[in-house]
Amino acid sequence: MDLQTMTYLVVGATFALYIGIAIWARASSTGEFYVAGKGVHPVANGMATAADWMSAASFISMAGLIAFKGYDASVYLMGWTGGYVLLALLLAPYLRKFGKFTVPEFIGERYYSQTARIVAVLCLIVASITYVIGQMKGVGVAFSRFLEVDFQTGVMVGMTIVFIYAVLGGMKGITYTQIAQYVVLIFAYTVPAIFISLNLTGNPLPQLGLGSTMADGTYVLDKLDLILKDLGFASYTGQKDSTLNMFLLTLSLMIGTAGLPHVIIRFFTVPKVADARTSAGWALVFIAILYTTAPAVGGMAFFNLTQTIQTGEVGSPTGNLVYDERPNWFKNWEKTGLLQFEDKNGDGRVQYYNDKNAEFAAKAEAWGWKGNEMVKVDRDIMVLANPEIAKLPNWVIALVAAGGLAAALSTAAGLLLAISSSISHDLLKGVFMKDISEKNELMAGRIAMAAAIGVAGYLGMNPPGFAAQVVALAFGLAASSIFPALMMGIFNKGVNRTGAVLGMLSGLLFTLIYIFWFKGWFFVPGTEMAPNKPANWFLGISPEAIGAVGALVNFVVAIVVSKITAPPPEHIQHLVEDIRVPKGAGAATDH
Amino acid sequence: MSDSRSAYWAANLRLLTMCLVIWFVVSFGFGILLAEPLNAIRLGGYGLGFWFAQQGSIYTFLVLIFFYAYRMNKLDKQFDVHED
Repeated sequence: MDLQTMTYLVVGATFALYIGIAIWARASSTGEFYVAGKGVHPVANGMATAADWMSAASFISMAGLIAFKGYDASVYLMGWTGGYVLLALLLAPYLRKFGKFTVPEFIGERYYSQTARIVAVLCLIVASITYVIGQMKGVGVAFSRFLEVDFQTGVMVGMTIVFIYAVLGGMKGITYTQIAQYVVLIFAYTVPAIFISLNLTGNPLPQLGLGSTMADGTYVLDKLDLILKDLGFASYTGQKDSTLNMFLLTLSLMIGTAGLPHVIIRFFTVPKVADARTSAGWALVFIAILYTTAPAVGGMAFFNLTQTIQTGEVGSPTGNLVYDERPNWFKNWEKTGLLQFEDKNGDGRVQYYNDKNAEFAAKAEAWGWKGNEMVKVDRDIMVLANPEIAKLPNWVIALVAAGGLAAALSTAAGLLLAISSSISHDLLKGVFMKDISEKNELMAGRIAMAAAIGVAGYLGMNPPGFAAQVVALAFGLAASSIFPALMMGIFNKGVNRTGAVLGMLSGLLFTLIYIFWFKGWFFVPGTEMAPNKPANWFLGISPEAIGAVGALVNFVVAIVVSKITAPPPEHIQHLVEDIRVPKGAGAATDH
Repeated sequence: MSDSRSAYWAANLRLLTMCLVIWFVVSFGFGILLAEPLNAIRLGGYGLGFWFAQQGSIYTFLVLIFFYAYRMNKLDKQFDVHED
């Protein structure tokens, strides 16, 4: 069977499965629309949380970043897993004890203020929409390859499917679907990794394979360092980014993880406080399976890519791939526009090297090379192209396409649900239209979802970075606004309404303006105030990493303002004391 | 806050601090700040700093969460604040 038919078959079958489950577990009440039934087991909840959490950024984009950045991309690995420690230790058990549906609900009640609740909704929407933009980029890449169309059309198709999918089910439908999606995506990620690790090192475990030797006796990582050096690039295992930037980016991603509403919402509804503590652990178990495999996928994909292009010795006249003899995957990705070749020296061969390295470029010129000819290699194609580059069987390639779509769809659906619940539940029912009927509340939620998909899809066509980088911006926004308010709400009884509101606003605005300054206002290309490069950044801190500084601004403003204004009333101090102990936790309630 | 509840909270904060110190040391410490010198120690093909950054910190995070949950469940019972 040819690849195209096989891909249609596998993707079609998995979609039929998700839609089947969504219809079977359709949400019938508002409660079920927002949160799954109470009967979800912690392990099942962990698996669904993992699918919800691992998005196009984790599945499609992260290994690509690792492939091209090597050690520097460790920030994504540590940042997106370390956040679960903060979530499990600092937030989940207490929010479960509080027992409400949404993050703004907690903030509104703890800070006894509708303003605080509205500000929390604002923070949540800004972070979530940015996150969905990253998903749309990933969905666009997957669909453009799968349907063999250009990237823009891929995004349009993706928007339509996300819309149908998310509007149909609520949280209950999503929870069960997400368990199915987790199984598909983890299978799709690990199977090719095991194949490739076996091929290169003889070790079936990718986690060990990356640290093993290849047939010629050299270690994989040493070989990667060598290959990169031979092509004029910096080493794979060495540090290229500044230490301060790596430190702050990791911190931003960690506290952002613990501040993202669609993940937190999962812990509101586990049966008991004790379950909230372990649920985060189970989620991390399922996430770690993919995250510890990703470094091997990235490293080995990059190895195979360079082996395909640099077929012989560097600098020898026949050492490079002849363009007319390029493999099929090369031609297929050229159609999407995400891979571009330009024969600069007209020799009909492909040269991929670092032409920004002056010393190496001079040497290359002596060989008749006239610049790097792989003018565009979008990092987001690496995971999807990986099994083809490694010449794996067609069914594996089809499976990876299905896995990438599962990852993007499950997260987009979870986020859209968080956006719609914050608008329909927190803004309309909670503040502006208290007597809205259940039916209208659901309808408002669905309209909000549709609008969010439209905005995110439009911006996703001209994304401000690779999927993982866009998602990193979303984490920075969540880190600077929501996490500090939640943490102080539990651990600092003295923080009052004014402090929390001003803290959230200053953290969010500081981070947002810094990001827009270098990425364009509202991410519209061409409106940047300064070119986005290290020389222009404040202390060399990239827009992706600024969230940690924003969080600090938030903490300082909130604590200082609370000190000089009236302390929170008695009953709020009792509320905080009460959520600190598990005893007396009832089921999650609405009002 | 009653005395027993304050004692429970203080015990929780002690445990939290210990766990967060480990969390910080394996990721920010071994994975970033000390990665360069640690890479002199090899773990197969991995330099130790590189291994902590891309593998080891994740395994430690997992152990930490389950360890904290286990210890907290014991504290809950000890101070009689557990759920029914």
